Amino acid sequence: MITKVRPHLSPNERLLFERSSPGKTAYQLPELDVPAVDPRGALGAENVRASIEGFPEVSEVEALRHFTRLSTWNYAIDYGMYPLGSCTMKYNPRVNELVARLDGLAWAHPYQPEALAQGAMEIMARLEAALAEITGMDAVTLQPAAGAHAELTGILLIRALLEKRGNPRRRILIPDSAHGTNPASAVIAGYAVEHVPSNPGGTLDLEVLHRIVDQDVAALMVTNPNTLGVFEHDIIQAAEILHAKGALLYMDGANMNALMGIARPGDFGVDALHLNLHKTFSTPHGGGGPGAGPVAVKKALEPFLPTPRLKRSGKKWAWDDKRKLSIGRVRAFYGNFGVLVRALAYILAHGGPGLRNVTLDAVLNANYIRHQLEPHFDLPYPAPNMHEVVFSDSRQAKRGIHTGDIAKRLIDYGFHPYTVSFPLIVHGALMIEPTETEGKHELDQFIDALISIAKEVETDPELVRTAPHGTRTTRVDEVTAARKPVLRWKPE
Amino acid sequence: MYPENFRYTKEHEWVRVDGDTGTIGITDHAQQELGDIVYVDMPKPGTRVEQGGTLGSVESVKAVSDIYAPVSGEVSEVNPALAEAPEKLNADPHGDAWLVRIKLGAPAEVAKLMSAAEYQAYIGAEK
Repeated sequence: MITKVRPHLSPNERLLFERSSPGKTAYQLPELDVPAVDPRGALGAENVRASIEGFPEVSEVEALRHFTRLSTWNYAIDYGMYPLGSCTMKYNPRVNELVARLDGLAWAHPYQPEALAQGAMEIMARLEAALAEITGMDAVTLQPAAGAHAELTGILLIRALLEKRGNPRRRILIPDSAHGTNPASAVIAGYAVEHVPSNPGGTLDLEVLHRIVDQDVAALMVTNPNTLGVFEHDIIQAAEILHAKGALLYMDGANMNALMGIARPGDFGVDALHLNLHKTFSTPHGGGGPGAGPVAVKKALEPFLPTPRLKRSGKKWAWDDKRKLSIGRVRAFYGNFGVLVRALAYILAHGGPGLRNVTLDAVLNANYIRHQLEPHFDLPYPAPNMHEVVFSDSRQAKRGIHTGDIAKRLIDYGFHPYTVSFPLIVHGALMIEPTETEGKHELDQFIDALISIAKEVETDPELVRTAPHGTRTTRVDEVTAARKPVLRWKPE
Repeated sequence: MYPENFRYTKEHEWVRVDGDTGTIGITDHAQQELGDIVYVDMPKPGTRVEQGGTLGSVESVKAVSDIYAPVSGEVSEVNPALAEAPEKLNADPHGDAWLVRIKLGAPAEVAKLMSAAEYQAYIGAEK
């Protein structure tokens, strides 16, 4: 039974272009009290338009209602649980927003002289130190804009180190349970990707590694815990196999929410990793971004980190651009500073024991869901899971219902869908990550919804196959949308 | 269902050899797994490929999947029909919707691929 939501009216809303009427404005300017300037003379005629075709003209209340109405069609983390596996859609604490909006931080300018930016630089230095401590690594860059950008940065660092040693090598190994962005990052950094099949338990296969790691392998990119939510228990041995051949271990730290305060990648052989501040460290995510993807490295890679680097100069912080081995800048200025402020606020508010509790609760929540749903959905990899759990639709598929159908039916129950059809290693995957910020009440509603859908698959599969039914737009034609995309509004 | 005169890979490609040319496509099982295909990306004629290396990719509403070259050689022809009508891959994967033709660089490789019976046993086990 659907208990979390009930149908209610929400206003239709056309595009602003369609609401427009000539001459309407949402502002009123005072009369000009200085001599008028001809913009064509001041800016050059070629830079001045007489009019903008189709520019929407609406009143203030129309503009305000337009966006308010659209917002009621939305689903957001402030509205309910967002169980997207691998995405770590945790709550974004409001105090972090308050801190990031302090005048001195919100109005800081990246061209401010160092003497007037000491506070901002101190924030970055403290965040670097905190992330180094949490990961057990030696040095951190805060520049990369998000996860995939950080992966590329990390692989470029590895490439730079290997080049310095005389041979950048040609191959990067990537397990089949890794994040989908990993192969793309390796290819953009100039490497050939070799996929490494997992063992039947869904983790790294040391025998395979022994066989394929040679002097031509630059690195292994491993996600730990992997996308099955399973900890790579042989990670230390894997690091030894790589290091013995002069290769490095890169860790995709997107799932750090399962390790923080408990295990440190630096202690289990990782040479470089990235963190997603917009996942583990609670900064806004998706439409509320931008993200931030710091990269943490061991000492050997430190000389290659992007410039500028923070350095202590007497009692002050300074920027160091003179680093001969650096791979150079990877981002304008110093990364997404506002996000860095929020992440440091999160770390300081929790402290060490608090961050450890975050991890314990994230793992507890995922295992609670697993335990409650295991009688109803097939669990292809029964290894102990950490912060997320991956079911398969194999039982439901016998009735012609696939993971995408179940996800769409979940919308009718008032939840955002889980991650569908990923990881690829699981056929028909339902990938669920509750995060630690959901309480038992919300988790129980989610579990009840999925159990109820599993029963519907038995009694009324058509209801699930044609879902969603309660939304403004029912099932969309994804195939035509992909084959014949309409990317721009045009007047009829 | 699976033609006897094709050879098959574990990654669900097929190759049909005529003289020194191999015609390459994806299997019916592959198109079923991918779902509705919306875009096909293949290399230009003249591109050299190695057995097991990435040939191109196929995009469905579910995912983008790499297609691996079942044999080594040089791409001699790309199926022009798929650019405008990728859905043909769902309709006729073993016939009109072939992907590329390759001038075989190492014809002996073909013998290492699976026969129709072996492929059917393989996908039966995978399920």
